[in-house]
Amino acid sequence: MTALTVAADVRAGRRKAAEAVESHLAVIGALEPAIHAFNQVMADSARADAAAVDAAVAAGQDPGPLAGVAVALKDNLCTRGVATTCSSRILDSWRPPYDATVVTRLRQAGAVIVGKTNLDEFAMGSSTENSAFGPTRNPHRLDRVPGGSSGGSAAAVAAGMAPLALGSDTGGSIRQPAALCGVVGMKPTYGMVSRYGLVAFASSLDQIGPFAATVADAALLFDVIAGHDPMDSTSLPDTAPSASARLGEGVEGLRVGVITELTHAEGIAADVVARVGEAADALAAAGAKVEEVSVPAAVYGLSAYYLIAPAEASSNLARYDGVRYGLRVPGADITEMYNRTRAAGFGAEVKRRIMLGTYALSAGYYDAYYGQAQRVRTLIIRDFDAAYSSFDVLLSATTPTTAFEIGAKTSDPLAMYLSDLCTIPSNLAGHPAITVPFGAGADGMPIGVQVLAPALGETVMFQVAAAVEAAAPPGPIASATPDRGRAGAGGAGI
Amino acid sequence: MTTDAPHAPAPFSPTGEWETVIGLEVHCELRTATKLFCGCRNAFGDEPNTNVCPVCLGLPGSLPVLNRMAVEYAMRIGLALHCRVEPSIFHRKNYFYPDMPKDYQVSQYDRPINVDGWLALPTGRRIGIERAHMEEDTGKTTHVGGGGRIHDAGYSLVDYNRAGVPLVEIVSRPDLRSAAEARYYVDELRGILVATGASDGKMEEGSLRVDANVSVRPMGSTEFGTRTEIKNMNSMRSLGRAIDYEVTRQISVLTSGGRVVQETRHWNEADGSTRSMRSKEEAFDYRYFPEPDLVPLAPPPEWVSAVAAALPALPADRRARVAAASGLPVDSDAVATVVHLDLDGFVTAAAAAGADAALAVRRLANEVAASGDSAHRLSADGFTQLLLMESQGSLTTAQAREVLRHLLATGGSPSAVAASLGFEALAADALGSAVDEVIAAHPDEWGRFVAGEDKLQGFFIGQVKAATGGKADLKVVSSLLRARRSGA
Repeated sequence: MTALTVAADVRAGRRKAAEAVESHLAVIGALEPAIHAFNQVMADSARADAAAVDAAVAAGQDPGPLAGVAVALKDNLCTRGVATTCSSRILDSWRPPYDATVVTRLRQAGAVIVGKTNLDEFAMGSSTENSAFGPTRNPHRLDRVPGGSSGGSAAAVAAGMAPLALGSDTGGSIRQPAALCGVVGMKPTYGMVSRYGLVAFASSLDQIGPFAATVADAALLFDVIAGHDPMDSTSLPDTAPSASARLGEGVEGLRVGVITELTHAEGIAADVVARVGEAADALAAAGAKVEEVSVPAAVYGLSAYYLIAPAEASSNLARYDGVRYGLRVPGADITEMYNRTRAAGFGAEVKRRIMLGTYALSAGYYDAYYGQAQRVRTLIIRDFDAAYSSFDVLLSATTPTTAFEIGAKTSDPLAMYLSDLCTIPSNLAGHPAITVPFGAGADGMPIGVQVLAPALGETVMFQVAAAVEAAAPPGPIASATPDRGRAGAGGAGI
Repeated sequence: MTTDAPHAPAPFSPTGEWETVIGLEVHCELRTATKLFCGCRNAFGDEPNTNVCPVCLGLPGSLPVLNRMAVEYAMRIGLALHCRVEPSIFHRKNYFYPDMPKDYQVSQYDRPINVDGWLALPTGRRIGIERAHMEEDTGKTTHVGGGGRIHDAGYSLVDYNRAGVPLVEIVSRPDLRSAAEARYYVDELRGILVATGASDGKMEEGSLRVDANVSVRPMGSTEFGTRTEIKNMNSMRSLGRAIDYEVTRQISVLTSGGRVVQETRHWNEADGSTRSMRSKEEAFDYRYFPEPDLVPLAPPPEWVSAVAAALPALPADRRARVAAASGLPVDSDAVATVVHLDLDGFVTAAAAAGADAALAVRRLANEVAASGDSAHRLSADGFTQLLLMESQGSLTTAQAREVLRHLLATGGSPSAVAASLGFEALAADALGSAVDEVIAAHPDEWGRFVAGEDKLQGFFIGQVKAATGGKADLKVVSSLLRARRSGA
């Protein structure tokens, strides 16, 4: 059952929020031991929140567009009084004294938060294996990764533990796991969704975005969380475009460019390329004008990203020093305390990126590394702008391959980094992008197709995404999801 | 040079063969109601860690939002220092220290809000201002036990009330040539900061903090010597002492064949010396990069011109006005004191009422200045009235001073105070009758006085004084006596 249906039923009094939430808690109870999507399941507060929604409906009030809908939150989103760990030992048991702006908006819309989902530590990774609390498994095959860093949120939606989830996307951390888990995942225009309360990884790239089983549900969630927030200086001042406005309007006359560099490129698997081609054909058949387009600088995205993101992270993560909160390992003096705390509290990938970023910002290296990466970023934006002068949206692969096996890339960081090849350029440009499930690979695992749009282009992007979804072949059924197919393909729901 | 140091270097003559070169970095806390990036109260002396929130504590997920009033104050400072206000950005200055909640300080680096201005010393000499940029203050650490430094402390206490308080750092060019000139500069700058309303200028509360870059070079040389940066000077006096000490130290290093090492040195008030904190090699690499959580700051030209138009009169203009009203030299201490104490309004009010403005300046710079903060009990009207009573002869100079002391101590109106002190000056005709009575009572002496025995004037003045119980203005008495004699 979609979030739209649940909310409509609850608002109309046809269904109790308590029942809807209870059914998701039951799925969590059954599947969580195998999948480990959550760092914390908030069953008690979820039941209380659902009861409050039902009471509001009974009192004749409208709880809002997400009335009674269970939502899972990536565990780098601050929740008042509820541990927010970023899957790191260094923040283990830290309880924020405030809610992230998106959490406040969810509550105001009547959503019921069911738990905090697992992630790669501080959102650094592409497989959710870099978690201090153990990996999350792909609901389609438990020996495969769910992708990352928002692997817990992707797996939770794919497994039916919640119809909606929030993640954060710095280089693909929503879209890549969504694609690998066979769900919809979307990164908004930079500044469209407030980052207040999102524990920062790379501030100039981070955006919070929705996971859902369907494009329409993702649009519903986006419309709730988007909009100006005075607490975030980088929040866009204007009213957010509606994601739901043109969902059913088809693609007749729209111009769609298939990005050569992010589709027909070395390292992108043949079955992935084939699915992107089929999606393009389907859009053409539906009346869109589809052509290949080159975004030349996109190939430098990965290199620029691995300078900019670690540089910002090295600064953002400095505050985890043992002085004020979280882990502290005592030392003889403050320097030793700092060193011991950070040595014990951070995992290997986080340390690697802190060192990369510290180096990139060092005196004498700044211009050659961080400065150069920022110039590449400008080039990427310029090349995208050129492409958007001829196209309304762009199309590409979301990930180079389907979900890989747990442990396959943990000893090879560069191979892991390549998983984000196709998603990173949108973060560097600050543009929105969405991945839509589109059939399966040779291994039977889900494949996603990415729709990219210019800044503030959410409306047309969702419009095209809905058309891609409508044309998609039936997706694989998550084997760890008893009696449940992909909701968007008309599979049985709860 | 004054120093209590047991092994102080030999006194240094500023007119010797070495030239001193000083540039100052002055950190000024802005008097905003709230902090630079959050809504917490900006206040000195509150219970530790009470004015804090997720933002100024740097809690995970929190984000900064720039305080508009802080920007306005920063622009006021820049414009008062004749700077150009430019589009600017914020950077992060990264280093680990427990008083910094985020382990980076948000500051301005290569694109500051104010650039390229100047400040005129009272002597008229212009000192260049390189920049006046915005940044956030850190928290305050207290190291308990050990030598008062973090690495040997038993434990350290941190108060984050100050973390995130808005600062403007004013960086002068290396244009100052002596410790005395550095003090004049800071004094003038403090006056400007207070006048703009941006700062309370209190060095003792740390709302004004001064670091000095000091070097020496052979007189006549155009190249700069190697400089050291001196920190931890908490008063004007220690600023002067520290610079003098450091200049003397550098000269003795150079004259004994050594080289000055570029380093940061810590001024120790207790023993009157500077000590090396860290050398250039040990200097932090702050890894500055643009703060991605803030957007570029570009005040619209209309805002900048509105701020410029609303700037209050600055100390230099006010001194010129006092000098013009009183006829005293513009660089005289009395004029400077009156403006410094914010009492120049009394002078202009007195001048406007036809009172003696030069006398006003002297009274304000002496009696009123010496009374400390009692000047608030004095009103411009009352002060003017007192000056007029004195010049019109209804009070003697001594009585006027006495009335002023009472006004400063308890307030009130000069006439009421004079009355309560029994200084009810005799009306001129009453005094005339007293004089006539004394003349009538001493016909012999009067005859001799009229005949030219001038020394008898003192006798008659004494008689009138005794007869009036001391209330007579003796200047008036002597003029009455002279008038009677010429009419006799």
